[in-house]
Amino acid sequence: MFEGWDAVILARAQFAFTMSFHIVFPAFSIGLASYLAVLEALWLWTGREVFISLFNYWLKIFAVAFGMGVVSGIVMSYQFGTNWSAFSDKAGPVIGPLMAYEVLTAFFLEAGFLGVMLFGLERVGHRLHFIATLMVAIGTLISAFWILSANSWMQTPTGYAVNASGQFIAADWLKVIFNPSFPYRLVHMVLAAYLTTALVVGAVGAFHLLRDIHLAGARVMFSMAMWMATLVAPVQILAGDQHGLNTLEHQPVKIMAMEGHFQSHKDGAPLILFGLPNQAAGKVDYALEVPKLGSLILKHSPDAPLAGLDTVPRENWPPVPITFWSFRIMVGMGVLMLGLGLFSLWTRWRGTLYESRLLHVFALAMAPSGFIAVLAGWITTETGRQPFTVYGLLRTVDSASPLAPPAVASSLTAFVIVYFTVFAAGVIYLLRLMASPPHRGEEGPSSEVPARAAGITPAAGVAR
Amino acid sequence: MSFAIDLPTIWAFIIAFAVFVYVVMDGFDLGLGILFPLFPKKEDRDVIMNSVAPVWDGNETWLVLGGGGLMAAFPLAYAVLMPALYTPMIAMLLGLVFRGVAFEFRWRTQSKRWDVAFAGGSLLATLAQGIALGAILQGIHVEGRHYAGGWWDWLTPFSVLTGVSLVIGYALLGATWLVMKTEGELRDKAYGLSWALLCAMLGAIGAVSIATPFLHVQYTHRWFAWPNIILTAPVPVAVAAVTVLLLRSLAKKYDYQPFFLSLALFALSYAGLGISMYPYIVPQSITIWQAASPENSQIFMLFGVAVLIPLILGYTAWAYWVFRGKVRPESGYH
Repeated sequence: MFEGWDAVILARAQFAFTMSFHIVFPAFSIGLASYLAVLEALWLWTGREVFISLFNYWLKIFAVAFGMGVVSGIVMSYQFGTNWSAFSDKAGPVIGPLMAYEVLTAFFLEAGFLGVMLFGLERVGHRLHFIATLMVAIGTLISAFWILSANSWMQTPTGYAVNASGQFIAADWLKVIFNPSFPYRLVHMVLAAYLTTALVVGAVGAFHLLRDIHLAGARVMFSMAMWMATLVAPVQILAGDQHGLNTLEHQPVKIMAMEGHFQSHKDGAPLILFGLPNQAAGKVDYALEVPKLGSLILKHSPDAPLAGLDTVPRENWPPVPITFWSFRIMVGMGVLMLGLGLFSLWTRWRGTLYESRLLHVFALAMAPSGFIAVLAGWITTETGRQPFTVYGLLRTVDSASPLAPPAVASSLTAFVIVYFTVFAAGVIYLLRLMASPPHRGEEGPSSEVPARAAGITPAAGVAR
Repeated sequence: MSFAIDLPTIWAFIIAFAVFVYVVMDGFDLGLGILFPLFPKKEDRDVIMNSVAPVWDGNETWLVLGGGGLMAAFPLAYAVLMPALYTPMIAMLLGLVFRGVAFEFRWRTQSKRWDVAFAGGSLLATLAQGIALGAILQGIHVEGRHYAGGWWDWLTPFSVLTGVSLVIGYALLGATWLVMKTEGELRDKAYGLSWALLCAMLGAIGAVSIATPFLHVQYTHRWFAWPNIILTAPVPVAVAAVTVLLLRSLAKKYDYQPFFLSLALFALSYAGLGISMYPYIVPQSITIWQAASPENSQIFMLFGVAVLIPLILGYTAWAYWVFRGKVRPESGYH
């Protein structure tokens, strides 16, 4: 079985699969950790009961999501070696230290304070507990810093040299870390994580408001989430635009694929809204396009010339249809988020934020939109930089491990089966937690855990 | 340039330290999963899970540091070992998925399926780690900068022996951890298990020690040739001494000593492995100097390690302290 398969394609499928499953959890937990820190700060500051109830409500959800992020993340840290050993050998001296710093500065911080955050409120007191929460939140952001630096270096490598063994080595660590696409990618991803979380929190709030518009916890979380959508969605669209211009400068081929620009345009490129990119024929079938708008957006001038994929050797073309469509899905989600934010602002101004069923249904439907946008965005940027792992320098086919196709196919099958069973169960548990309304005197995860050792054991562990 | 020559050695010790801390911290954690089927009562299982729930995530982070650190400091070794150990590595990762999610999932359902996942995942991950260790020791087929063997090379009687040995060892750590952290019937049962597992562990150490010199003549030379034997002989002597102390602590039903003496047994076995392997990172084919990252990568990370590892050990110790002990901390061992 699998003898005729291409081991590199299988390895790519495996990376795409495990990475897509993984990124969903950090995208949610980065935002949720910050939200929890805000809730706890508000509680300590105002002393209002609703904030600690909401904190405990979302803490239980955070614990489940974070656990899934951890276990799917360990897989990623070893997958570079198992499936991409040639890449690891060549790029390890540059990428490896960035990831080692991620472990040292972020993972340990999160893990070290997570136990106290989850179970320690009674043991360490309010102040220290808040510090623990803050450390976990900061840890998630530091983690984003390093991993996005590593990814960005692979997209826009700078500050490197090549040694006698053919390995990339750092010539200037600051240029490696702060490579040209890194600041844009970092801002874009952290905002995406905040938006993703806000949309989930907003949807949960909306879900409970649809049943009871007077539920205090639901009102507070819904209002907070809608403020986030209102304020962050426009900023995110702006950040995305800047990121796109940065990509045009450093990875123009990716932009050609995103825009479906197979042909060069001397006097102004159109904006192709929709169509079916035909990689083999080198054109977009059924293209619906606005003349000159492409150049206007990318070059801020309607008549500016734009090169197309016809200027690039075919062996360096990324898979255009995937890049083209995933980009449109991401942008579509962003526009919907902007719409939700503006709609909520309007109802807020009208004083019907907690009453408008239409808004609540809209917010509920938008629950998965952040995850969809994050996945579509990553698919755009990762597919669009093919066929390279280190952009322009190391090809994907030269990065893989010397493995037989059956080995990769078997492990891919195992990952698919395990991830679908385990994470499907996890998502069901998360949805169950979210479906129960936040109530007064909500207790945190420690309440469900029977007391330690010889203590009294309230049988709360099975309460839900 | 003596500094440049020493850098890979420093890093070899750092990676060895990270892996050892992982073994120390996640060993008992996985051991609890291995012992789980022997504690069918729900109340016992809840106590067992809770004794590690606040710290398991930190424990596993050391595994990430081991992997990430190896890639950063010895990329060639990482690039050769991971494909060579492909199946055990994937099995370990999947095992860790099952047991890791169980910490949260089992509170969310009445079903016992996550208890099974916790036990099965722990056993699978441990077996895979032990087999990987054996596969490394028995040697790996390298050509140029690549692994050149098949995808079943790791499976031999020796690697199965090391796999089973590690299961026994982690189970011993788990049992003595329970002795330290629990009370009453649960603790009595853990004592009984500790006795049995210690005997099994000694058998396993003996079997691996006898089998290892037969793998490669270099291992025999390393351990038994003059003058090496002056340096290597204390290891088995120390093993014997720790065993005596451990038997005594079990007989006297001490709380803390059995766990820490079991860790000492692990430390000695680990030192023995180090003696066998050094200076190879892929035995008999790649030395730490051949595999080392360029100097500036290793120096760049050394700053971070020097500052951050003590900090990490500090706040990790604090987290353990917050969730310390049984109800009576004064019964402690110092």
